[in-house]
Amino acid sequence: MRVLIIEDDEKTAGYLAKALRENGHAADVAHDGEAGVDLGAAGGYDVMIVDRMLPRLNGLDVIARLRDAGAKTPALILSALGTVDDKVQGLKAGGDDYLAKPFAISELIARVEALGRRAAPEEAASRYCVGDLVLDRLTHKVTRRGEPIPLQPREYRLLEYLMKHAGQVVTRTMLLENVWDYHFDPQTNVIDVHISRLRAKIDKQYDTPLLHTIRGAGYMIGDGAV
Amino acid sequence: MTARFKLLRTTAFRLSLLYVLLFGGVSATALIYAYLSADALFSRQLRDAIAAEVAGLSDRYAEGGEDRLIETIAERSAAPGAALYLLIGADGARLAGNFRSVSPEVMQATGRVQFIYRRPGANGFEERMALVQVKSWPGGQRLIVGRDIEERRTLAEVMRGAFLACFAALTAAGVGVGLFVGRRLLQRIDDLSDESRAILGGDLRGRIPLRGGGDEIDRLTASLNGMFERIERLVASLREVSDNIAHDLRTPLNRLRNRAEAALHGADASQHRDALEAVIEEADDLIRTFDALLSIARLEAGEGGGRFALVNVADIVRNAADFYEPLAEANGLSIVIHAPDRADALGEPQLLAQAIANLIDNALKYGHGVVTLSVNLADGGIEVSVADRGPGVPEHERARAVKRFVRLEASRSKPGSGLGLSLAAAVASLHGGALRLEDNAPGLRAVLAIRAAGVEEAKAECGSSSG
Repeated sequence: MRVLIIEDDEKTAGYLAKALRENGHAADVAHDGEAGVDLGAAGGYDVMIVDRMLPRLNGLDVIARLRDAGAKTPALILSALGTVDDKVQGLKAGGDDYLAKPFAISELIARVEALGRRAAPEEAASRYCVGDLVLDRLTHKVTRRGEPIPLQPREYRLLEYLMKHAGQVVTRTMLLENVWDYHFDPQTNVIDVHISRLRAKIDKQYDTPLLHTIRGAGYMIGDGAV
Repeated sequence: MTARFKLLRTTAFRLSLLYVLLFGGVSATALIYAYLSADALFSRQLRDAIAAEVAGLSDRYAEGGEDRLIETIAERSAAPGAALYLLIGADGARLAGNFRSVSPEVMQATGRVQFIYRRPGANGFEERMALVQVKSWPGGQRLIVGRDIEERRTLAEVMRGAFLACFAALTAAGVGVGLFVGRRLLQRIDDLSDESRAILGGDLRGRIPLRGGGDEIDRLTASLNGMFERIERLVASLREVSDNIAHDLRTPLNRLRNRAEAALHGADASQHRDALEAVIEEADDLIRTFDALLSIARLEAGEGGGRFALVNVADIVRNAADFYEPLAEANGLSIVIHAPDRADALGEPQLLAQAIANLIDNALKYGHGVVTLSVNLADGGIEVSVADRGPGVPEHERARAVKRFVRLEASRSKPGSGLGLSLAAAVASLHGGALRLEDNAPGLRAVLAIRAAGVEEAKAECGSSSG
């Protein structure tokens, strides 16, 4: 994946670029808003990471200009402002995801990869398959090895989100936001309990575990080795 | 600006002055008009009477000549009254009448003349005003017929004097009242400014006493007091946050530092790794605490209300219960919900969800058995209560339990930041309500009361979202 980082703080930008490269992505860095617009408009990026406060042109204006110019590259906004208000404003301005500083690098990587996938066309698939686990989005039926697995509506939505991002790390915050629409941090890690419930239904009686816990990051569904 | 000058510039004084001028002007006009009309009427009557008499005497002269005229005049002059007569012969000699003498100018005049004449009175001669008509015959005789109008002149003077005195008194009273009211008002306003300055410069807990019995100054004072209260609250909340940062964030920061130090002295790579992971976990906790503190401070300052929308609180509660249900089951508890289909409020859904989630989280931590969630519609309000069957909170500890970072003895062994209830309380107050802790006998019942959406608000909301 090719990632454009528009971030004025050189240390942060360098750290992000290094982390992305370690995860197998290519990364370019622009240090101010105008340079960011120039690079972004040239195209060829799968995702851009835009800091909200930038010299010359602020992050929201960068995204707005690129959108005006027809660039559809998904944008992740980084910001020191973390309230729900700021988030809503950022998403309204054309951002696709929003991450408040300080953040865990695993969270950022997971979100960037999810955004890159979102740009891919397979989104509209009517069924998701991971190994012998099949989720039918039309009938809302889930089967493994052909045997039906009854799920609660919430469990279904959780599994659907995980399978949509099969092979990618999905963080707890991403699950909270996308499955429950909770944009705050519940003090206890309730997500873990939901996951273990789901795991009991889809993995327990089968030899190959599909739902993996990625230490220090989140969860991933996939039939390959982790 | 001197004090006197300031007084003259008060609104009360200016208004009184304007009132005096206006009232004085109108009454002066009315009085002058009345006086002039009466005077004109009286003058005309007088002139008519004189003219009639002149005509009558002319007739006498025509009938009986000079002798008859002299006779008549003598007769009339003798009668008491204000009538004045003088007949002068062709040779200039006085023939008859009660006028002693008349200046030559009057004698030479024709038509009506007004002049001052002298006549004997109680204290020698007195000067009086007369209005006369002069008539001359071709033979050279001249007749003067007139009236003494001294009484009238005196009356006019008395009236003028009375009017001037009234006007002066009115003006003085007006200015006086204006100055008095102005000074009283100025005094109270000055007191008000002095007291506000004193409060702002010193103890923000001070308030300005009301003393006007509910007048407009009292209303102003009440708003000022309201402002002070808000300022006091904001300053207190700011101080509390900085105190919290000083006291309660130092401990985890110190722990973080210790862990990092331990990592440095670790023997092998796996120990390094574990220690670093612990450090990151500690840092994440700190960030979480910090975020919670900031959002509480912002909520208490009244921020975050910008995106209020019509929300169904019952749905928020159902979703939260759905979210926590697996955790409850894992902890051996169950969640029961009593909620109507709809409980509409104007609110920020994320904040409400977070507050309710915090209450449920607490109930699951400390309760056992059943946790009951209920949504009740009370007049104008919605009450979300989360009741557990745990040890509860003793009555004297309830107020303290809502404060930031306060963790009661019983809870110290459980994880948590001590901010959950503070945040819920701040959310409730942002939504026009409050958080109450009650006895669930046994257990704790936390009640999040917020203002319900009125019919008007609901309508406005629908209108704006569809339009």
